[in-house]
Amino acid sequence: MSFVDFFKKKSSGETAKERLKLVLVSDRAACSPEIMERIKNDIIEVLSKYVEIDKEGLDIKITQADGEGPDEKSGPALFANIPIRTIKERN
Amino acid sequence: MGEVIVITSGKGGVGKTTTTANIGTGLAKLGKKTVLVDTDIGLRNLDVVLGLENRIVYNVVDVVEGNCKLKQALIKDKRYDGLFLLPAAQTRDKSAVTPEQMAKVAKELKDEFDYVIMDSPAGIEQGFKNAIAGADRGIIVTTPEVSAVRDADRIIGLLEANEMEDVRLVVNRLRSDMVESGNMMNAEDVVEILGIKLIGVVPDDEQVVIATNNGEPLAGDDSLAGKAYINICRRIMGEEVPYLDLKRRKGFFAKLFGKG
Repeated sequence: MSFVDFFKKKSSGETAKERLKLVLVSDRAACSPEIMERIKNDIIEVLSKYVEIDKEGLDIKITQADGEGPDEKSGPALFANIPIRTIKERN
Repeated sequence: MGEVIVITSGKGGVGKTTTTANIGTGLAKLGKKTVLVDTDIGLRNLDVVLGLENRIVYNVVDVVEGNCKLKQALIKDKRYDGLFLLPAAQTRDKSAVTPEQMAKVAKELKDEFDYVIMDSPAGIEQGFKNAIAGADRGIIVTTPEVSAVRDADRIIGLLEANEMEDVRLVVNRLRSDMVESGNMMNAEDVVEILGIKLIGVVPDDEQVVIATNNGEPLAGDDSLAGKAYINICRRIMGEEVPYLDLKRRKGFFAKLFGKG
């Protein structure tokens, strides 16, 4: 382990917290991988009518969106990163 | 008219029963008439943690089935004035009682006691549903571990769906030395993740093991855990109590040699 790695290494407590946050996001959203796959395919289908999508580069996930106030609970949000190859010309 | 509080966790082995026994003992020591109800039918344990296992005659299933009156099934703890136990049946299973029947028992007890504490079994099935049926508020017990916190989150969701508004958190078995070295989540981390208010932090104290071995809950004694438990009781009663500093004080020699 290098000197820099030593300072970069996360403590197991932090790892636990991060893992928990991620697992709870999907627990709370109650979204199975199969449903995520279906959402992804539907997004591709709809968007393909208008633009050419880089299907390999498409990435969707459910993450945590921050609430407004300090007492406001943050909720799950769907984030999609959809690279567009070309915008289809309108006929 | 008293209050019914359910102690639950989702995951097993995080200390629900120990917490229940100590909260009951603490509330009784603080002068509150308290009854502890073991809803873990088939796997009863609250009796042994309290040291009352030899005094059971009737149990909650007998009450529900009409084999005895409610008062006959209550075991009075002779060590503390005002502490009673309603034990679970050991030779039956969770289906022996319905949530409606448990809620009725809780309601009846509420008329006689200041606090009715329901000790929930692990899981989210019938036993859990029985335990929460008559409860006015809830206390979730978790340890600072990924699995326990995840299950606690699920339970919080279920209690919310049941329209329980007052749900508080006990972070149990916290090791301050591991928190300090970054190898354990601290209570604030757990609170941040679960988004509910804290009601207590209990250190991982070997005195708890000793107390359980002896069947004598330690709430209110001089141990760090004993103090943490009595503070939880005061917070249940609505007092504002500052949180303990759980760092183990190092002995003189340990300090000198940088150990401990």
